[in-house]
Amino acid sequence: MRNTKTGTWSKSVGAALALFTGVALTAVAGQPAAAQSKQLTLCWAAWDPANALVELGKDFTKASGIEMKYEFVPWTSYADRFLNELNSHSKLCDLIIGDSQWIGGAAENHWYVKLNDFFAKEHISMDDFMPATVLGYSEWPKNTPNYWALPAMADAIGWTYRKDWFSRPEIQAEFKKKYGRDLAPPKTYEELKQIAEFFQGREIDGKKVYGAYIYTERGSEGITMGVTNVLYDYGFEYDNPKKPYQMQGFVNSPDAVKGLEFYKALYKCCTAPGLTNAYMQEGLDAFKSGQVAMQMNFFAFFPGLYKDPNVGGDKIGFFVNPAGPKGQFSQLGGQGISVVAVSDHRDDALRYIKWFAQPAVQQKWWQIGGYSALKAVVEAPGFPKSAPFAPQFLQTMTFVKDFWAEPSYAQLLLDMQKRVHDYVVADKGTAQQALDLLVKDWTKVFKEQGKEVMVQ
Amino acid sequence: MSSQEVSPALSAGETRQPGRMAMTAVNLPGAPIERIALRTPVQTRLRIAKYTRGLSDRSIAWLFITPTIALLLAINIFPLIWMIRLSFTSLNLSMAYLPLRFVGLDNYTDILTDEDVWDRLQMTARFVISTVTLQVVIGFGLALLINRQFRTHSFWTTIILLPMMLSPAVVGNFWTLLYQPQIGPFNYVVSLFTGIAPNSFSMIGEVALAPWTIVLVDTWMWAPYVMLICLAGLRSIPDYIYEAAEVDRASSWRQFWSITLPMAMPFLMLAVLFRAIENFKMFDMVNLLTSGGPGSTTEVINITLKRAAFEKWQTGYSSALAIILFVTVFGAANIYVKALNRVKQR
Amino acid sequence: MTAKTTAHSVVEASSRVKTCAAVIVILYAVMAIAPLLWIGATAFKSQSDAIAYPPKVIFQPTLEGYVNLFTVRTRQMPDFIASLPPATTWYDKLVRKHDMVIAGPSKVVPRFINSLVIGFGSTFLAVLLGTLAAYAFSRFRIPLADDLLFFILATRMMPPVAVAIPIYIMYRYLNLTDTKIGMILLYTAVNVSLAVWLLKGFIDEIPREYEEAALVDGYTRLQALRKVVLPQAVTGIAATAIFCLIFSWNEYAFAVLLTSGDAQTMPPFIPFIIGEGGQDWPAVAAATTLFLIPIVLFTILLRRHLLRGITFGAVRK
Repeated sequence: MRNTKTGTWSKSVGAALALFTGVALTAVAGQPAAAQSKQLTLCWAAWDPANALVELGKDFTKASGIEMKYEFVPWTSYADRFLNELNSHSKLCDLIIGDSQWIGGAAENHWYVKLNDFFAKEHISMDDFMPATVLGYSEWPKNTPNYWALPAMADAIGWTYRKDWFSRPEIQAEFKKKYGRDLAPPKTYEELKQIAEFFQGREIDGKKVYGAYIYTERGSEGITMGVTNVLYDYGFEYDNPKKPYQMQGFVNSPDAVKGLEFYKALYKCCTAPGLTNAYMQEGLDAFKSGQVAMQMNFFAFFPGLYKDPNVGGDKIGFFVNPAGPKGQFSQLGGQGISVVAVSDHRDDALRYIKWFAQPAVQQKWWQIGGYSALKAVVEAPGFPKSAPFAPQFLQTMTFVKDFWAEPSYAQLLLDMQKRVHDYVVADKGTAQQALDLLVKDWTKVFKEQGKEVMVQ
Repeated sequence: MSSQEVSPALSAGETRQPGRMAMTAVNLPGAPIERIALRTPVQTRLRIAKYTRGLSDRSIAWLFITPTIALLLAINIFPLIWMIRLSFTSLNLSMAYLPLRFVGLDNYTDILTDEDVWDRLQMTARFVISTVTLQVVIGFGLALLINRQFRTHSFWTTIILLPMMLSPAVVGNFWTLLYQPQIGPFNYVVSLFTGIAPNSFSMIGEVALAPWTIVLVDTWMWAPYVMLICLAGLRSIPDYIYEAAEVDRASSWRQFWSITLPMAMPFLMLAVLFRAIENFKMFDMVNLLTSGGPGSTTEVINITLKRAAFEKWQTGYSSALAIILFVTVFGAANIYVKALNRVKQR
Repeated sequence: MTAKTTAHSVVEASSRVKTCAAVIVILYAVMAIAPLLWIGATAFKSQSDAIAYPPKVIFQPTLEGYVNLFTVRTRQMPDFIASLPPATTWYDKLVRKHDMVIAGPSKVVPRFINSLVIGFGSTFLAVLLGTLAAYAFSRFRIPLADDLLFFILATRMMPPVAVAIPIYIMYRYLNLTDTKIGMILLYTAVNVSLAVWLLKGFIDEIPREYEEAALVDGYTRLQALRKVVLPQAVTGIAATAIFCLIFSWNEYAFAVLLTSGDAQTMPPFIPFIIGEGGQDWPAVAAATTLFLIPIVLFTILLRRHLLRGITFGAVRK
C-alpha cells in the first residue's frame, strides 16, 4: 500500500513541474537568436504614414539587401513606450522616428547618434530641408548647427471641412442671410467660430451635426496640441525672446488669457457632445461619421481622409489654421528619423538614412502618403497640384511653432495638459489662474533642472 | 496543539520497526523539564529518525517557508527599502545625467503642502467610501435574496459573478464606448427611463457626473464579490438559532436585526476591508475610463503617482508619495483589523 | 419537504418571498449582464455599425471584428486591389470588400500565449509556494509567526504603481524587463501572500489527528502531507488557484509598466487595438470576449470552491 501510490503521485507532480519548467524555459529561451541576415528595426507610431513607410522600405531592401523590421506603437503609448526603451538603453530599435519634442532629452542623454559628421561625409545638407523642420526635428540646442535627426515626416495642424455641405445652396443662402458674407473656409478664428455656431445642432441629411472638432485629450498631449494653435495666434509666447526661461508675462500675458478663453468658448459652444478626452483618432471618427462640419487634425491624416469613401473626394476640403489677433501660426507636428546610439547596426542604419534622404525617395515618400521635408520636393512646381491639401501644407510650414523641446519636456507638457484641461473641460478657475499656475509649474521644473528663471 | 503520543499504537499485524518515528519535536509543550520528560522515551528513535528518515520537522518548516519569504523579501521588501532611500533624492530617470542630489525631506514637504495632492487624496477617499458602501449594500442585499434559495438561483448567481472576472483595464476601456452620448447605449437606456435626451449629458465629460461613472463601473464589477462573502457568512449561521427565534415568535425583521446582521457582521467587515484596500490601489479601470478627467475630477491618487513616476520620471518625488500612501493604508488597515478582531470576539 | 442542511432550511421562505427574491435577483442579473452582452454583440458588428448613432440593437452580423483582431491590414487603392490575384479565403474576401489587403497576422496570438504562460505559471508557483508555507505556518510553531503573517498581508497593501517604481529600476538592472520570467516572478510574489493566507485557513480546518495517525503509522512528515493533508485541501487549493489566476490573468498596471513587447499580456494590448480612426471597437470587443472565455471556463469548473475560498482562511484567524 505504501509504495504504490507514492509512485503515481510523485510522478504526476514531477510531470507537472517538468511541464512547467519546460514552458518556462521556452519562455526564457524564447528570445530569438540574433539574425544572421542583415536586419534593421525601425520604431515609429502606428498610423497611416507608418504603413506607407513600410511600402517605401521595400525599395530599400531591394537596393541594399537589408531587411526592415518595424515596431509600431499606437500614439497614446508611443511616447511612454519608446522613451522607456531609449532610457533603458534597449537595443530594440536601430532607427527611431522620435517625436520632435524628444530631441532635447535625446541629445542630452546621448540616446541618438549625432549626425553632423555623417551629413558632412555623405554631402547631405540641412539647407536642402525646410528650415522649420530642421529647427523643429533636428537641432539641439535650438538654433545651433547640431543635428540629431534627419527630418522625416513634416507635419503640422490643419483643418478639414465638409465641402459638400458648404456648397449646398440653401445652406449658403442661410449663412449669407445671417452673417452677411459668403460661406467659405474661415481665415480667422472669429470666422471659424461663427461657422461652427452656424452648423452646431443643424439637421443635415436627417441627422444632427455639430460645428467643429478640436482636441481635448487629457492623458498624453492632446489638448495642448490643440490649444496652442489658438494661443499662438493670440500672442502666447513660451518665454521672453530676449531672456530665455522668463515666462512671467509671456505665458500668462493678457493676450494669452484671451486666447485660452477663446478655446474654451469654442469648446463649449460648438463641439459634439461626449468628446471630452479626444485626440487625433477620435477626430477622424467624428469627421468620417459625418458628425462635424470642420475638424482640426494633423496633415498626416489628410491623404487617408481624402481617400475615404464616405467623406473623401469631392466632399472634403482643407484650410490652414486660421489667424488670430496677433498672428497666424500652427502647431508643429512631425518627426525626424534618428539612429539609436546603442544600436549594433549603426552603419546599416546610417545607410538607411542616406537612402531616405535622396530626392527620388523623398518624392516617392510624398506620393505614397508621407510628408517629405525636402525642399526639392515641396518647392517643385508640380507640388501644389499633387494633392488637394498640398498648397495648405506648404503655406502652413511657413508659420509653424513648436512646444518646448527641453529634456524635461514631458514634465512641462503634463503640467500644461493638467492646467488647460482643468480650465477648459473641468471648469476649474479662470484662464488667468490656469496660466498663472502653469508659470509656477514650469518655473519649478526649470529650477529643478538648474536653469536660471527670471521672474521679472 | 501538540502531539503527545509517546508510544504509538500499532495496527494489527504490524511490527514496530526501529527508526520509523517522526515525532513532532517542535510541537512539544511548555517547560523544558516537561519536554525532556516527554521526549526521553523516543529520544534515540528521534535522533535516528532525523538522520535516516528524511528531514526533520524543523528543517521541513524552514524549507517550506523560506522560498515564500525570500520571494517576498526580494520583490516587496527590498524594493520598499530602496524606495525609502530614493524618496530622499531628486532622482529623475529621464535626466539621469544630472548629478544625484540628496534633498532630505524636501519631497515629503512638497507633497504634503501641495493642495492638489490633498485634493487627489480626498477624491480617492471619497471614491473608496462611496464604492465600498454601495457594494456592501448591494452585495449584502443580493446575498440575502439569493439565500432564499429560489429555483435556478445558482445559475443567476453565476451570471452576476461574470463582471468580476474581467480585467479592470479592459472594463474601463469598453465602458468608454458604453458611456458615449452619441454611440453608446447607456445614455439611451437612461433616456428610456427618464425621458432626458441622450445627447444632453455626457457621463464621462461632465464634472458632476464623471465621479459617478467610476463608482457605477466599480460597483458593477465588485458587488458580486461582496455578495459571495456575505453568502458564505449567511450560510455559516447555524439553523438552530433561527429555530429558536421562530419558537420565540420573533418577527423576520427582528430576526434580521438580532441574528442575521450581527452574525454576518464579521464577514461584512471583512468584505469592507478587502474592497477598501483594493479600491485604494485602484489605477487601471479609472485610468482607462476617464484618464482622471475631466481635468482632475476623477484622478485617483494612483494615477497621479503613475504620471509622476512613469511620465514625468520624477522618481524621487513619486517614491516619497508612494511611501506616504503605503503608510496611510497600512495604518488605516491596522486600526481596522483591530476593530474587526474585536467584533469577531463577540 | 426536502431536508436541506443549509442555513434557513427550517425557516425556508414562503414561495411568495422566494418569487419576490427571484424577481429582484434576476432583474439585477439581467442588468449586470447587459453591458457584457452589448460588448459580445459589438464583436459581430461592422465598423460603422459599432459606432453608429443612435446605437444599433438590430444589425447585420459579420465576422469583421474577429478578422480585424487577428490581422494587420493596409488600405489600398481599388485599382491596386483589382490587380492582385483574386481572394481565396473568406477572410481575404471580407477584407478586400473594404478596399483593404491583409498584410500579416496581428500580435494578438503571442499576447494571448503570454497571458496563458504568465497567468498559469504564476498561479502554479504561487499555489505551490503558498501551500508549503501555509502548511508550515499551520502545523509548526514558527518564531514570529503572527508578525510574519501580518507582514505577508501587508505586502498586499502597496499599490501596484508604487511597487512598480523600484521594481522597474531593479528589473532594468537585472535585464528582467519585458521578460516572461520577470513577470511570472512578480505575479507569484503578489499572489503568494493571498495564497498563504487562504491556504493556512484551509489547512487549519483539517484536523491534525489524521496526520498524526499517519505519522504514527510510520509515514514521514512529507509523506503525511502528501497523502493525508493535500487530498483534503484540494478544495482550498482550487479556490486559491482561482483567485490567483484571476489576478494574474487580468493584471494591467505591472504589465503596462514593465512589459512592452515580448512579455506583454492581453490586458495592456486590448485597449490599444486601433483601427483606421479611433479604436477598432469590433476588434476590441472580439478580444475581450475571447480573453474572458478561459477564465470563465476555469471558474465554472471550480465554482463550488469559490464560495469557500472567499471566506475560509480569511475569517478564521
